[in-house]
Amino acid sequence: MSRTIVVTSGKGGVGKTTSSANLGMALAKLGRKVVLVDADFGLRNLDLLLGLENRVVYTALEVIARECKLDQALVKDKRQPNLSLLAAPQTRNKTAITAAHMKALVDVLARYFDYVLVDCPAGIETGFQNAIAGAKEAIIVTTPEISAVRDADRVIGLLEANRIKDIKLIINRLRPNMVKSNDMMSVEDVLEILSVKLIGVIPEDEQVIVSTNKGEPLVLSEKLPLAGLAYENTARRLDGKEVEFIDLNAPRDNLIARIQRWFAR
Amino acid sequence: MITQLLERLFSGRPKATSGQQVKQRLKFILAHDRAAISPPMFEAMRQEILAVVAKYVDLDEDSLEIRLESDNRYTAVVANMPIRPLRGEDPTEVAPEFASEELTLTGPTEPKLEEPSDSSF
Repeated sequence: MSRTIVVTSGKGGVGKTTSSANLGMALAKLGRKVVLVDADFGLRNLDLLLGLENRVVYTALEVIARECKLDQALVKDKRQPNLSLLAAPQTRNKTAITAAHMKALVDVLARYFDYVLVDCPAGIETGFQNAIAGAKEAIIVTTPEISAVRDADRVIGLLEANRIKDIKLIINRLRPNMVKSNDMMSVEDVLEILSVKLIGVIPEDEQVIVSTNKGEPLVLSEKLPLAGLAYENTARRLDGKEVEFIDLNAPRDNLIARIQRWFAR
Repeated sequence: MITQLLERLFSGRPKATSGQQVKQRLKFILAHDRAAISPPMFEAMRQEILAVVAKYVDLDEDSLEIRLESDNRYTAVVANMPIRPLRGEDPTEVAPEFASEELTLTGPTEPKLEEPSDSSF
């Protein structure tokens, strides 16, 4: 049974595309066939985060306009063949893309893949409406900040109004130290406010920027950084497994922690 | 670090942390977002509700509370409007000129209602 999931947030810059790329790659590593669809028409970025920008020939636009076949537009990742990308056009041309187009596209993809992950543009305008058109489930990405949570709440309301009831939450860029000193909302605070099911907590991690620079999602790193591990756990939860949340407050690099890790191997 | 500690030790009462502040602000604004009513509009509604209720009962204006409350994605207007206790009038005390033997029942009596001034009621 194929699952079509839209990754959305309302606010920009909270990590939608990073989350899409990492979840897609992590699910592919788990052996699922995954296609990532960049629905941010005109401002595409998913290809960059995956390091596939030089291999994009056709985009969703050409597929919709019937200028190419669907499989010609799919870019298969060489590092992880279970993962494919359908890029967004970088220029918006006269062909108006409608929600019906997107739904048809996603429905066809669902026949060939286990997961269709749609990376939604920021905002709640046409691009958002198109991106959610074919989705049955949604992942909301937010950060523990007032504006991001407010926008997430708005988007949850809109998704429910569009009959997408299966909504899960990723809290991104959490800073455990700031939560500890009561200067950042905790995971519990955000959950109390949004009342949706939590599927992932990703700590703030400089490695995210490094991986973006390289065009290599975190979950591909040999030595998984903490955020990469958190994404991998999130993907496994999404895939239906019970995975405990990482204790982000645990000391990570003192002697005892190292000894514990050494014994845990 | 040390100054923070000293501040915490010697300041009169603990200040609300920014984490608590942001949660309060967020809860407030989300209740208004979800109900699609702006704080000024809500204030207008509050005044109107109060005016209506105050026409019929004597409200204790100091402990009035009408606000939006959001829980588990459901939002409600929550009102708590205590009525001022009647003071200086003990209902058990019968006025001397109102002795019971003077009361006679002549038939069913209708409570007299004041005519509402607004015809739309």
